Amino acid sequence: MITSYDIVIIGGGPAGLAAAISAYDSGARNIVIVERDERLGGILNQCIHNGFGLTRFKESLTGPEYSGRFIEEIKKRNISYLLNTAVLSLTKDKQLTLINAEKGIFNVKAKAVILAMGCRERSKGALNIAGSRPAGIFSAGTAQVYLNLKGYLPGKRVVILGSGDIGLIMARRMTLEGAKVLAVCELMPYSSGLKRNIKQCLEDFDIPLYLSHTITKIEGDKRVSGVVVSKVDENKKPIPGSEIHFDCDTVLFSVGLIPENELSTGASVELSPKTKGAIVYQNRETKVEGIFACGNVLQVHDLVDFVSEESEIAGKSAADYVLNGAKEKNGIAVNAGMNINYVLPQIIDKNQKGHVKLFFRVSNTFKDCVIKVASGDEILLTKKKKVAVPGEMETLILTEEKIALSQGEIKVWLEEEGI
Amino acid sequence: MFDVAVIGGGVVGGMILRQLTKYKLTCVLLEKESDVCACQSRANSGIVHSGLDAKEGTLKAKFNVAGNKLMPAVCEELGVKYQNNGSLVVAFNEEEIEILKTLKARGEANGVPGLRLIDKEELKSKERNISNNAVGALYAPTGGIVCPYGLTIASIGNAMDNGAALYTDFEVCAIDKREEGFILHSVNGGKVEAKTVINCAGFASDKIASLIGDSSFKMGARRGEYILLAKNQLVNSTLFFTPTAKGKGVLVTQTVDGNIMLGPTSEECEGNIPTTSASGLDYIISKAKQMCDNVPFYDTITSFAGVRAYCDRHDFVIEQSKVDNRFINVAGIESPGLTSAPAIAEYVVNELIGSLMQLIPNESFNGKREVDFSELTIAQKNEIIKKDASFGKLVCKCERVTEGEVLRAIRQNPPATTIDGVKLRTRSGMGRCQGGFCQARIAEILAKELNIPLEQVTKRGKGSEIVMGVSK
Repeated sequence: MITSYDIVIIGGGPAGLAAAISAYDSGARNIVIVERDERLGGILNQCIHNGFGLTRFKESLTGPEYSGRFIEEIKKRNISYLLNTAVLSLTKDKQLTLINAEKGIFNVKAKAVILAMGCRERSKGALNIAGSRPAGIFSAGTAQVYLNLKGYLPGKRVVILGSGDIGLIMARRMTLEGAKVLAVCELMPYSSGLKRNIKQCLEDFDIPLYLSHTITKIEGDKRVSGVVVSKVDENKKPIPGSEIHFDCDTVLFSVGLIPENELSTGASVELSPKTKGAIVYQNRETKVEGIFACGNVLQVHDLVDFVSEESEIAGKSAADYVLNGAKEKNGIAVNAGMNINYVLPQIIDKNQKGHVKLFFRVSNTFKDCVIKVASGDEILLTKKKKVAVPGEMETLILTEEKIALSQGEIKVWLEEEGI
Repeated sequence: MFDVAVIGGGVVGGMILRQLTKYKLTCVLLEKESDVCACQSRANSGIVHSGLDAKEGTLKAKFNVAGNKLMPAVCEELGVKYQNNGSLVVAFNEEEIEILKTLKARGEANGVPGLRLIDKEELKSKERNISNNAVGALYAPTGGIVCPYGLTIASIGNAMDNGAALYTDFEVCAIDKREEGFILHSVNGGKVEAKTVINCAGFASDKIASLIGDSSFKMGARRGEYILLAKNQLVNSTLFFTPTAKGKGVLVTQTVDGNIMLGPTSEECEGNIPTTSASGLDYIISKAKQMCDNVPFYDTITSFAGVRAYCDRHDFVIEQSKVDNRFINVAGIESPGLTSAPAIAEYVVNELIGSLMQLIPNESFNGKREVDFSELTIAQKNEIIKKDASFGKLVCKCERVTEGEVLRAIRQNPPATTIDGVKLRTRSGMGRCQGGFCQARIAEILAKELNIPLEQVTKRGKGSEIVMGVSK
């Protein structure tokens, strides 16, 4: 007998937890969270620094404290979950193949599926950096696992490539553990990390940030012995003669997060080439009916607070789908225009009630700019910004009235003032 | 005293070791690194060449064609991934078509079956992503692909299951000749006595031969860089450029695991530390673009380099040493060495060792190796999980490797003792996250199984410890 669920949630991290609670509170009951790790909480378990929950709870929590609040809610509602259980495959008919030690490899069926698998770190291997492959090369998140979950120091003299938030957090963390962080190098002329992290993790510890620099060579036979860092030109090509050599034993890579969508593509869920996550309606339903997505598997967020918010939408929508069935859609596309990297949701269903919060990222650093949203000739919204940076997600709220005004495609773009 | 000591745990040494255990001989494999398959057999294209490339009458031609025929059965027995995907030597102009005709004649003289020149249209139907500039190709239906490290490890493991010994971290630095055989000394003070020695030491084989006063060949090395892309359907066959005086050049191929492999470059080098270079990687990218459209470079998993040893005779050296016929040199096994290995092993053992000592068949020899868990059906997997729950715990989610498979890699012959050792045996860490999620877990399993603190777990042997201490 194949076990059937109303809602299967893949992933017990912040996205899956919030989605489960919201689905339950919207009336769904037969819910299961499938988590491959031995505990709920996902990546928050290794994020022992604070700063989580400032938006949602108005207080600064550590990662485990933040997820702990959700896990408590899960337990209160008696929502079931499977630990140490991995999903091997998902079909578009919402049949899942799972593996765990108790039941082996087995199938379950779902009326609705919520994709909440999170993301993975882009690895050093993807960058084609010249040199050898010694020990001492870690993604920032892996170094975080060794240090925070296992209790080991990954290295003593460290160079970090990439100024994403995990890289910044790890620069501070390694320093506090007695390691010397020699440099944080960033290929772009700006950091993709949060401003507060640049201040609190680098500046406060006198760790130099090299913008428009990258690692061009890794040296060492058995263990890393050094790296060569070069300045890059506007096309991101290393400038000969600009090389700086660092003697180090460790290199950390914090060079981007990639949504983990291998299961999604197996279920024919269409992905956006920009976000590398699913293309969704505002209720976070993908183009495959009954499959929803939320959190970092959908778009890489800056703050877990936003992950929770987005996942509540997905949970509520999945419950609605299970309880009330599929509804006819009247979708209009939302597209990223000039100076905007992407906008999510990519489709607004005019038949759905309520306002829509647009999430988007700008494609460069801008000062004194205006963000505009329009449909055809109709300008729906304008918003002035003193500063807009790619590292900080922007949001705009499109009211139901504005959506009703829209005919055809909705476009979001950014104008620099004076243009 | 062993009957035979084999120096070098690459694919040639491994296949020879396994062949030796088919007879009632005591044998030992001496490997200088902490694990077998540490050098050339590891960073290898994994191509089972048809044999059209080697010059008529050379040992390369002879052993390539013979090895190509043996490969499918050997892989079947050892449970090693092999695929007969065919190969295509692609021409981009009429001049190159002429060269293909010469190659075809050479291949036929070498005994390669089924060679056929195909036109642009047929090429396009076989390979939808082939560049529009390609005008034709030489098709070799017997071309294939194999997992090079899988074959090396499985052959050594199977030999050990059949009684062979393996000494790792045994770098031979001196050899004493005695009437009854040889005494081999390692840099760490180890000592092994053997009646005969087979020198399969790759890049170092001239150095090893010189230890008995044999300086009849000299080794050199070329560095080859590769780029590995995620699993996709870019190509079906192995695609070669039409060879030039400099060699076969960069190829585009699928691997037995479904990844796309690009490379290698070829550059003279001195040391044995494989490093990639910006220029080399750029060159591979430009050549791959020349061969195929739609190459998904954005899906790059990793880039790496390997060292390919060659001999100044520019053919394989497979012979009893003129200095002492009980010392057999198997050197200069450059491409197509992997393909040739099974045939070289038969020849070296049956003919060269056979001329020195009596070969009595070992009736208890079992050439089969346990099938990888990943190759089983779901029902078979569930049977195993029922008996051993560790096979139900997924450790590497990208390549779907379970804890049971990691444990098996550590317990099975030849035992994995390092992170890279586990990776080569299970594929854990070879996927899209490159070990980001699973490495710490595997380090813990290794520490527990080897009964050492985690600080002593290495990537590949002493000096490559993963962490540098405990946290505050």
